[in-house]
Amino acid sequence: MKVLVIGAGIIGSAIARWAARAGVEVVVLDGAGAASGTTSRGEGNILLSDKAPGLELDLARLSRTLWDDLGEDLGRERFELQDKGGLVVPTSPEATAALDAFATSQRVAGVQARSVEDVHDLEPYLAPDLASGMHYPEDAQVQPVLAAHALLADARAAGARVFLGDPVIGGTLSGPGVRTASGAVHRADAVVNAAGTWGGAVGRLLGAPVPVLPRRGFILVTEPCPPMIRHKVYSADYVANVASSDAGLETSCVVESTPGGTILIGASRERVGFELALRVEVVERLAAQAVRLYPVLAGRQLLRVYRGFRPYCPDHLPVIGPDPRLPWLLHACGHEGAGIGLATGTAALVTAYLTGDDPGLVDAFAGLKPNRLLTEEAS
Amino acid sequence: MTTFRFDGAEIPFRRGQSVAAALLAAGVSAVRRTRGADAPRGVFCGIGVCFDCLATIDGAGGVRTCQVIATEGLEVTSAEPAASAPPPSESAALETVADLAIVGGGPAGMAAAAAALEGGLRVVLMDAGAEVGGQYWRFPPAGSDLGRGEDLHHDLATYAGLRERLAEGERAGRLDLRRGTEVWATVRTGQAWRVHLTPTSPRPGVITARWLLVATGAHDLALPFPGWDLPGVMTVGGLQSLLKGSDVLPGQRVVVAGSGPFLLPVAAGLAARGSRVLALCEAGRPGGWARGLPAVVAQPGKVREAAGYAALLARHRVQLRSATVVVRALGAQRLEAVEVARLDRSGRVDRSSAQQIEVDALGVSWGFVPRLDLLTPHRPRMRRGVDGQMVVAVDGWQASSIPGLLVAGETCGVGGAGLALAEGRLAGLGVRAAQGERLDDAQVARLRREVASLRRFADLVQARTVVLHGWLHDQPDDTVLCRCEETRLGAARAVIAQHGDLDPGLLKHHTRAGMGWCQGRICGPATRMLCGTPDRVEERLLATPVRLGDLAARSDMHRSENPAMKEPT
Repeated sequence: MKVLVIGAGIIGSAIARWAARAGVEVVVLDGAGAASGTTSRGEGNILLSDKAPGLELDLARLSRTLWDDLGEDLGRERFELQDKGGLVVPTSPEATAALDAFATSQRVAGVQARSVEDVHDLEPYLAPDLASGMHYPEDAQVQPVLAAHALLADARAAGARVFLGDPVIGGTLSGPGVRTASGAVHRADAVVNAAGTWGGAVGRLLGAPVPVLPRRGFILVTEPCPPMIRHKVYSADYVANVASSDAGLETSCVVESTPGGTILIGASRERVGFELALRVEVVERLAAQAVRLYPVLAGRQLLRVYRGFRPYCPDHLPVIGPDPRLPWLLHACGHEGAGIGLATGTAALVTAYLTGDDPGLVDAFAGLKPNRLLTEEAS
Repeated sequence: MTTFRFDGAEIPFRRGQSVAAALLAAGVSAVRRTRGADAPRGVFCGIGVCFDCLATIDGAGGVRTCQVIATEGLEVTSAEPAASAPPPSESAALETVADLAIVGGGPAGMAAAAAALEGGLRVVLMDAGAEVGGQYWRFPPAGSDLGRGEDLHHDLATYAGLRERLAEGERAGRLDLRRGTEVWATVRTGQAWRVHLTPTSPRPGVITARWLLVATGAHDLALPFPGWDLPGVMTVGGLQSLLKGSDVLPGQRVVVAGSGPFLLPVAAGLAARGSRVLALCEAGRPGGWARGLPAVVAQPGKVREAAGYAALLARHRVQLRSATVVVRALGAQRLEAVEVARLDRSGRVDRSSAQQIEVDALGVSWGFVPRLDLLTPHRPRMRRGVDGQMVVAVDGWQASSIPGLLVAGETCGVGGAGLALAEGRLAGLGVRAAQGERLDDAQVARLRREVASLRRFADLVQARTVVLHGWLHDQPDDTVLCRCEETRLGAARAVIAQHGDLDPGLLKHHTRAGMGWCQGRICGPATRMLCGTPDRVEERLLATPVRLGDLAARSDMHRSENPAMKEPT
């Protein structure tokens, strides 16, 4: 069995590692550098807290376990895997009620969600007027570029070959394979589209498009600060925004510190294509929301703002599985803002498709297959 | 005697001096210690780029002391700011509309403003410094007690003429001159540019203009070597800013080192003011300059200027050492000595020639790095300068490939003040032409010929400025690469060896090189060298730091969400 993995971001790197470890012959192709796309533009979320019961939460729970396993195998410090836990803070009575109901449904699905009487016990620097919240001890954080590079290095150690800086420009005339800009032709038994936000374009090049579109986000990075934020802390409206289909600007605050001392502030969501230009209002709103949660941040300097493009599908679920139009092509993209967290489970699932060794896993996530997104004219 | 306090001690200063300069004059060479290795840090770049000289001033953290003019009673501390944040600056809703917004009040910005004002345009001219003139004409602010140091300057008649035209523009109400003003972002909306000023600027807010000229100049190119993070080691521009801007001698015994014509005037200025310049180390070899003779002859002013410096240096018995470099800076808490050594014919350091010189200050410069932060987010077409660095490509009116975005001075190619003046003037005329004015074709043609001639000269000078591609190979593993995050060269080498094809953007995720206060502005050239990606263009959406509280105060969102900020009912 030989597979071409298109994309050396977190998803492609994880698939390469899992498949190579399972004895599959793996070739990874990326038009740019490893982890140079959306992987390098996020906070490194491994979250259960923001997911409602359903297939995505199931994949997140599987992935969470596999991240721990990966930490055991490769060394947690190699990619700064931290069990820091999440803390969701409602800023209004309505949000408190909604959060309680949401957490109850999550507990039924197996998520640990602890109601916290006073959030200051966990986060002393939160604004004094904030009271109760929800603690999700399973939420974790990883440094995504380090994680992708570690996965890719481990895949190489298991025999995978990696070709970077050579974009795929199309398929071959017959059978599974791709052509690249340098003129190379790669053939295999299967091709995995792990091109993230560019997964729609790669599908189109190969003759099997999937509706993956960019959803822009800005992240703010502060000066290095003394330790003061321990968890991933976010306001309760984050959950609503993640699931929203509103095309306009949405911002909901996620605040967390990094081992380097800088504090990351996310997250905005906009459907503006691949528009690169800075939007000042977004930066100001994120700053306002962060200062609302942590007044102590008001005196801290913002050093950097960066943006990325999350790959989203119309139903906000990733597309994972074989394409009915080209059975040798598997898609594994469209993870929106959850790709880092879902990478390990996605890799295990794709590997199960490739090797046929775990039909139970394939069945459990059949609902993520591309079929659901292909309308009459698209298929 | 007027004073401010630093960590409890009274520091005397003369009106007009920067906090950093006054501290240095009072013998305080280290303003703070680093978070990681607890290493002392003081003035390095002197012009607000490196963020080494940070302190907490009147409760506000992360303030560059080289950018703050000292005032009576300031509380300056090396400690972190208290947890209670200072109140945000005045709300910044002020909107100003103009035809042309100019960022950077150096020769290019001044010349552009003057040319645009002549044509009746409304201009806003912004500069981070306390006075216009840039690094070339750097004077203490108006009303200071300091000497103006006119002997340290050139082309003062040109400066006076430009100042007069700017003053006329102000009197006519068509020039809005903003000193001490920094821009954190520029955004193009429809046909207009919106220029966002930092909330700590004297009159914060937003400038809206049809045309935007970015003439932000350049800073010194500095390359890592052992000890370059010791207080007392500065860029040559840092030495100059202390001398010209604050009338402070950076040291009694000084060595100036690196390559390029900039070393001469700074060494000469220091010598003229009483520093003992113990050596001027130029990595290049004698005779290198003469090869550019035809272009030099076309610029007789430059020849006279260089001859003047040479005479001055000879009078002060300054040793000019060619093919010589500083290989180490030595000292415990601050610079005490430098080790200099000859370069052999292949450009490698000849260790057997090493010699120590006791000094208080060292200035280093390997040329200039254009300050492109306000340009690269708009993705204009770039070109490779003769020194290998990328700069913005411009047309015959100094227009970039982005509509309404003009570039003059070092940001479109390092070339010095004369070229910047000509380019700035051309940019100002270009806006007038675009507004429909009929210009004197002969005048425009003359100006373009002047730009072309000065560009040829500048390219020759730059081509003679030695860029040591092997420099980093000779530096030991424990040399600091990124001064902010204290990343060592060895750590970066190990990651590159393990992962191979990393570019600086990915290297920083592994090593944090370029992720600190200065955002890779200082270590960028070195990391690009290490990664073998010299023409990589860095993009920084934020051109300078902004306090979160100040941004929050500008957001309507904040007002409606935070009960404390609601109108009383």
